[in-house]
Amino acid sequence: MSGCGFAAGPPCPVREPVGTGDGLPPTWFPPVRYHTVIIGAGMSGLAAGIRLAYYEKPVCILERHTTIGGLNSFYRLRGRNYDVGLHAVTNYAPPGTRRGPLAKLLKQLRLRWDDFDLSPQCGSSVVFPGHRIPFDNDFDRFCDNVCDEFPQQADGFRRLVATIDAFDELNLEQEPQSARAVLAEHVSDPMLIDMLLCPLMFYGSAIPHDMDFSQFCIMFKSVFVQGFGRPYRGVRQILKTLVRHYRELGGELKLRHGVREIRVDNGRAVGVVLDDGTEIEAENVLSSAGHAETCRLADQAPPPAPVQAGELSFNEAIFVLDRQPSDLGHDETIVFYNNRNEFEYASPEDPCDVRSGIICSPNNFRYDDDLRLEDGYIRITALANPDYWMNLPDEEYYPAKEAWCERMLLSALEHIPDIRPHIVDTDVFTPRTIRRFTGHDRGAVYGAPKKILTGSTHVDGLYLCGTDQGFLGIIGSMLSGITMANNHLLR
Amino acid sequence: MAPADIRQVVLDILERIAPDEDLSSLDDSVPFREQMELDSMDFLDIVMELRKQYRIQIPESDYEHLVTMDSTVAYLTPLLKDAPAPA
Repeated sequence: MSGCGFAAGPPCPVREPVGTGDGLPPTWFPPVRYHTVIIGAGMSGLAAGIRLAYYEKPVCILERHTTIGGLNSFYRLRGRNYDVGLHAVTNYAPPGTRRGPLAKLLKQLRLRWDDFDLSPQCGSSVVFPGHRIPFDNDFDRFCDNVCDEFPQQADGFRRLVATIDAFDELNLEQEPQSARAVLAEHVSDPMLIDMLLCPLMFYGSAIPHDMDFSQFCIMFKSVFVQGFGRPYRGVRQILKTLVRHYRELGGELKLRHGVREIRVDNGRAVGVVLDDGTEIEAENVLSSAGHAETCRLADQAPPPAPVQAGELSFNEAIFVLDRQPSDLGHDETIVFYNNRNEFEYASPEDPCDVRSGIICSPNNFRYDDDLRLEDGYIRITALANPDYWMNLPDEEYYPAKEAWCERMLLSALEHIPDIRPHIVDTDVFTPRTIRRFTGHDRGAVYGAPKKILTGSTHVDGLYLCGTDQGFLGIIGSMLSGITMANNHLLR
Repeated sequence: MAPADIRQVVLDILERIAPDEDLSSLDDSVPFREQMELDSMDFLDIVMELRKQYRIQIPESDYEHLVTMDSTVAYLTPLLKDAPAPA
């Protein structure tokens, strides 16, 4: 990359070099003014960056962390690869499919199907006391399974499916409505309602006890209608594809460059100030930092009403096994379980709610040529109490992680073979870990309860993308970045 | 650029936006939307690609001219008359 690094457009005068934040000599000469500065190199920020760079807008993504991905990232620990965030890519579609969110996403980013290298799941299930609903990427089969398991509810369930099918979740002008209320109009068995909500809440709800119906429809379609897939190399396949493409198009990405302030002049965003005090000017700022967090960064212009941050977060234990889970008799991709009659989706009083959870095995996807991952993995995820984990002193934090990991595993063992003799390594994350990597208050995984679907804020030229804009899942987060770039920055 | 060249430019753009579509049987008098999977995001892309390649601005009120290949070529002909044909 030479000069300011952009393939086309007017020449960019340079200013004083900026430090790299790690004590190394300054090497970066930002242009006087960017068209857009994007806060956060997660899925949404990278996707928005690709759109802007493709259309030759001077764009720079600023990421506080040492690595890309945000909530969905990857790391190497004790010689092994780990994924964090992504259990599976939702919205799966077979290669060449012309419709649906995945096809739309690939077209918009000018990527090929092979770039994400998705393989379909083997099969998943929702398991409650006395009931089990298996599902794979065949929606008709899922509907039959629901009707077989709850024959009295079959007609109501089919009506619900028709309602979901007719709902336009891409209309950004929707008023919030309770998903439970809409479900109850069609389905009378509370356990079926909970079983339908359970995977969708676990995979996307920022609201305790309920979901917004629009969000429910997005998640229902992405999980049950389209289903799960995964790249053989995990989330790094997707993130590395995005970053390579973004850089090839001339976009700039700066790691270890945290934004401490969004500058506002006369009600309009005019740039950002980095942690080291460097000022960067931009015509627009697109932030994936979260709504409340973004408002705090723009504190020169406080929002007209207080913005509520999210509160739902998770603990996850990742177990590395000395063999494939299928060698132990566990073939399922994802098990959503609840060990009581009622399902409670809320921030628990206990440090961790082990009564329900998610068991995911990245081994159990149908990879090409029967490829197998080198190690066996079982990931167990459960709701956690963010305040407990945030406030724990270090000397108590690590033992508590270990103790609650053990309890999560014991609870999950009601649904999978005993993996304990085969565990060769374990890593655990908590809401504290999530806060560290995403910057989201309380480690809120799905962001604020109230989504800003239009992405507009009270400041001109300052827009939101990512979880608090409100498209969900991996594909949804990328579509969020694309849609915000299209609607606000490319017109 | 002559209308035939403009038609090729639009075809190239469509191919880039929707690489999985078969454009060989495209009927120039029938709306794109009836023949291909194109949504509003894709139409924005046609406009953006033309802006990127030929530096022409198409206001949103003129998007209605981009319905069929015939109407698109007719609309673009005066705008692109001085632009060189692609090699």
